[in-house]
Amino acid sequence: MSRTRPSEYKATAEGILRDHPEMRTAVTAATRTFNSHRVHGFGEVDAERWRDWMHQVKNHLLTHLDTYLEQAESNLVTHGARVHWAESAEDARTILADITKSHEVRRIVKGKSMLSEELELNTFLGEHGVQVRETDLGEYIIQLLDEPPSHIVGPAIHRSLEDCRELFGRELGTPPDASPEELAAAARRALREDFLKADLGISGGNFLAADTGTLALIENEGNIRLSTSVPRIHVAFVGIEKLLPRLEDLSAFLQLTTRAATGAPIGNYVSLLQGPRRNDEPHGPDELHVVLVDNGRTRLLADERAWEALRCVRCGACLNICPVYRQTGGHAYGWAYSGPIGAILAPAYLGLEEAMPLPFASSLCGACADVCPVRIPIPDLLVYWRERAVEAGLTGRTEAAGMRAYAAAAERPALFGAAKHLLRHLPWEMGGRALPVLGHWTDERTAPPPSRRSFSSLWKEGID
Amino acid sequence: MRVALFATCLGDRFFAEACADSVRLLRHLGVEPVVPETQTCCGQPAYNAGYATEARRMARHTLDVFEEAEHVVLPSGSCAGMLRTIYPKLLVGVDSDRARVLASRTWELSQFIVRVLGVESLGEGLFGRHVAYHHGCHALRELGVRDEPVKLLQGSGAEVVAWETDQECCGFGGLFSVKLPAVSAGMADRKLDTLPLVDWVTSADGGCLLQLAGRAERRGSSPRFRHLASVLWEATHPAPLEVP
Repeated sequence: MSRTRPSEYKATAEGILRDHPEMRTAVTAATRTFNSHRVHGFGEVDAERWRDWMHQVKNHLLTHLDTYLEQAESNLVTHGARVHWAESAEDARTILADITKSHEVRRIVKGKSMLSEELELNTFLGEHGVQVRETDLGEYIIQLLDEPPSHIVGPAIHRSLEDCRELFGRELGTPPDASPEELAAAARRALREDFLKADLGISGGNFLAADTGTLALIENEGNIRLSTSVPRIHVAFVGIEKLLPRLEDLSAFLQLTTRAATGAPIGNYVSLLQGPRRNDEPHGPDELHVVLVDNGRTRLLADERAWEALRCVRCGACLNICPVYRQTGGHAYGWAYSGPIGAILAPAYLGLEEAMPLPFASSLCGACADVCPVRIPIPDLLVYWRERAVEAGLTGRTEAAGMRAYAAAAERPALFGAAKHLLRHLPWEMGGRALPVLGHWTDERTAPPPSRRSFSSLWKEGID
Repeated sequence: MRVALFATCLGDRFFAEACADSVRLLRHLGVEPVVPETQTCCGQPAYNAGYATEARRMARHTLDVFEEAEHVVLPSGSCAGMLRTIYPKLLVGVDSDRARVLASRTWELSQFIVRVLGVESLGEGLFGRHVAYHHGCHALRELGVRDEPVKLLQGSGAEVVAWETDQECCGFGGLFSVKLPAVSAGMADRKLDTLPLVDWVTSADGGCLLQLAGRAERRGSSPRFRHLASVLWEATHPAPLEVP
């Protein structure tokens, strides 16, 4: 599937539902499993108190971000890491290009990183003749399929086992009835070659403890550990909001992030990295570069309402519970971050106009707010961005005029009553379509039969 | 007890009988409701669509209409959620105190019956009935109404049948359902695909019932959808109206 833009959300979603109903089945099944594991994982700890505490820690971090960034930089440098500051995606790509050029890098292995998707690193590196291999199994699958990730944590959840059998049969020569274990083993064999040949490894960063300059990486497959330790250079791209004040804060964040994501008490592998290989150490990269990426984050931080989205730890719990996301998976959203969190980050990172209509791609059911481990008020922020869209005139003149007229009528009970009376006595096709916003009701549903008489008239006559 | 009924726009036009049943039910429980004639719309459609200015105008009008009421009862979870949870956030400044007072006096119908009147059984009229209950999102999450309707149904003899997706969104979401009809329909399909065999599907929210019923009919299946207020009124009858 080719990459789309947020503006194509409606058409892409309709296309997926019409032409690829199996994706809805696969995504619904996978997210339901993730979510039921989360329920179990939250149930094993005092999750409500942890959520309160993580909310507070991130708020403290975000309101003192300048201090902690300087502290993190200073500690990273002390450990021998090179720290780069990228204000934009372009800056981040230029920094990477400079490193690959000066070290004559030909091959790169990459651990799973949503920030690298946001920065569109793979496309950029490909254009510069550098080979990039995704090493997370899900990312590997979608790289072979030339698709973007469909989910923050499970990039290939929209694909079935059968899809993988067919793909790996074609690409890796596995038998048509290969078991999931055999498929994983085949990928592991192929990837082992890539790890050994790579000049440079790219990772993201789940957390960066400012007081010690420790980068924390969570994973389940061990590929991130290999990507960050086998090649001679490691470049970590870290969003500036990913800092934590103290190393000891990691204890709760590591656990509840994983519990929120997959229900597991902790990732199978947790790597805590402090600088490149030291002289007395046998393993590790010769160089560690940490690229601290802004790319719209300080602009979001300055927004007095929407800044709360910066607490996000990218667990994907809001996607897993979202009934809208479950219909299509992530591709419909048209950029790196999908689901409820994607819909409130897009206006900040892409600009509101470019992000349309994502803030409207929600029924405001509120399930996401129930599960967020850092208590981001996602439904409120969706409404907030809708209000900004209305202010900016992005919702259409007809709708705005209709809404103004509706509000004006609602302040005049006699007029409101007369309008309702009129509508009730028009056939649906006419009455419904007289209100421009309601015309699409009958696209997918039958018209609702209005009551024979309105309640207000029943009440006037007397109810027995 | 001065109780005002807010029938809501959807209630007035599409669930007139359910609103009338709300009146009958309240009277049966010893409460004589008033229905202020100047009530119109709570403003939720505007608020959800991002029209805060318009929503505020409608909210202020609603504050005026229900100023005198000791309790405001709505046969709608989402409109009750608007008054109870959203108004205090939406109205700041001069109206914020009034909004908070109204919020503390606002109830969804089943919530009012259980929490304010302290009633958990209405009779035996639902004996032998198999019912699926759809938890509207705003009743569930904005109001925290989870047990009240189920208690009333069970307390009146109904068997509330387990429904895997009873707390998942039906896909209505006001303008969402007309802006993104295919996604909205997919959400309704998920509910309908998992629906057990029951006599009635019921909910405290008319919007959800229109969505589910409209989609079910389009698909060619037609379980019977009934507003909670009507089912609860039927519960007060001494015995089932017909043998199930």
